Amino acid sequence: MNDTASPLLVADHVVSGYGAVHILKGVSISVSAGEVVTIIGPNGAGKSTLLRAILGLLPVFGGSVKFEGIDITALSTEQRILGGIGFVPQTSNVFPSLTVRENLEMGGYTIEENLEDRVSWVLELFPVLEARLGERAGRLSGGQRQMVAIGRALMLEPSMMVLDEPSASLSPQMSETVFDRIQEINRLGTAVLLVEQDARHALAISHRGYVLAGGENRLEGPAADLLDREDVRKLYLGG
Amino acid sequence: MQSIATQRGRNRLTQTFSRASSPAWLSWLLVVVLVLTVGWLAISYPTQFLTGLIVGSLYAIAALGLTMIYSITKVPHFAHGDAMMLSAFVTFFALTGVVLGSSRGDVQFRFSTNQLPGASETIWKFSFGYGFLLAMLVSAVVATVLFLAINRYVYRPLQIRGAGVALIAVASLGVAIAMRGFILMIWGASPRGYSTGVRQTVDFWRFPRIVADQIFILIVAATLAAVVSWYLYRTRSGKAMRAMSDNADLARLSGIVVAEVNRLTWKIGGVLIVVAGSLLALQAQLSADLGFVLLLPIFASAILGGVGSPHGALVGGLIVGVVSEVTVGMGIVEPGYKIAVAFAVMIVVIIFRPWGIFGVKV
Repeated sequence: MNDTASPLLVADHVVSGYGAVHILKGVSISVSAGEVVTIIGPNGAGKSTLLRAILGLLPVFGGSVKFEGIDITALSTEQRILGGIGFVPQTSNVFPSLTVRENLEMGGYTIEENLEDRVSWVLELFPVLEARLGERAGRLSGGQRQMVAIGRALMLEPSMMVLDEPSASLSPQMSETVFDRIQEINRLGTAVLLVEQDARHALAISHRGYVLAGGENRLEGPAADLLDREDVRKLYLGG
Repeated sequence: MQSIATQRGRNRLTQTFSRASSPAWLSWLLVVVLVLTVGWLAISYPTQFLTGLIVGSLYAIAALGLTMIYSITKVPHFAHGDAMMLSAFVTFFALTGVVLGSSRGDVQFRFSTNQLPGASETIWKFSFGYGFLLAMLVSAVVATVLFLAINRYVYRPLQIRGAGVALIAVASLGVAIAMRGFILMIWGASPRGYSTGVRQTVDFWRFPRIVADQIFILIVAATLAAVVSWYLYRTRSGKAMRAMSDNADLARLSGIVVAEVNRLTWKIGGVLIVVAGSLLALQAQLSADLGFVLLLPIFASAILGGVGSPHGALVGGLIVGVVSEVTVGMGIVEPGYKIAVAFAVMIVVIIFRPWGIFGVKV
């Protein structure tokens, strides 16, 4: 779908994990500018581990991670975030004792000017948050928290958003809203890398997809093709 | 259908758990009970209440630093009491220039802030002049550098190597012992005091007579609490500190440079501990072993108020101070056991609210 687009993120044969345990055993993925890419796979496949390795939250024992052509494997998480990668973790993705406004401000902590403009832009994307700006994020519903989390990650205008199971624990209606917003963010020019349990829904809004299992690449291709594959449907899409 | 039903069930469970774990009525009940108790104590035991407020405000300032350091940098700083004492001794040294000589007698350096022209002339009815304020400033610089150094060369390397909270706590006990040893080596075991002058008192209508220095302590403590509170809730770096306290990983993922915020926290902790230690010395004799004695009420204050809550530390400190003094005045306990009552109050509160009075259960 984006054959001519330049590669934004290239994770090449990444080996990573916790301590001596290598969860990823040489996983490779790429995300091009303007793409939505989804990673699916069974529990324990290494999907979230891959995202954490890309963000520098886990050490990379082998392989490399390049972003916008620069090797970021040795950079700190803060440097990667400031370099243009936004991340929305699956859990603990807001500052609970801070208000919604403060959460957004923290997302733009390094912005010297036009912070208010960025907050306004996020509120245009998530208008439901406007009435709750002064409320503690810890008191919001799961869906609203997710919106705050995505909004926070958008404050630095990242070139690529990485989302770890954004629809987890959300009602179907709220889940639909979140997927709509992800598409909206992508339409505005931000590439999206997604790990999602609701694989059918995620692939439906994606350009390409990867299937991981046992810490290794199993399949990759256009999202529509993966959705059509009998084996993928059977194993990961609930038949 | 099944997944929707499961989701609904999960949502119901979440709501039920939230209700069970956040009894708002209990918080309000606690506040009402506290306000009524405070009012009654203030009327019935005014002298002890006032003394408790003064002592409590010192605990509060120290606890504020302790709770910030723990919640933001994740260091359970058991050296806080001894740091308070060391900073009080540094203020003493800057003020008087006195150290223990090689023949075990005191030696006085030629330069000290009190030897500056007019520095020892008392301000208003206080027992000190501007030399004391300058000495505090010198001490604040020393404490800030010291805290930054301890963090850089002791706590941070341990954290980088994956040391847990227990190990860091033990390391901080080691730092505390080193600080105590340093005080004994430089100033000896004899008690030291800042002021040799007459302590003047002030009368306020029907209130108990109060020593002028104690008014200074209350004003400085209240001002400092207000400034720190303003800083944490109104400035960008203050909000970043609160964000770090909530979730350091998420702060990192927001582009907040965690190491910078850590250093800032240690600097503020250093200033707070100097103020608490130096003000304490205005009304008490300094001694090397007082640091450990102070550590317990400081920790009790932070835990009672809610670890990680700056306002909680302030309220916790005042409660610990007032309860300790008033129970002695009421004849409930002997002075030597007064801190035990404060701990009993702390235990009762955290049985009902393990996260403390102002702590947030997430």
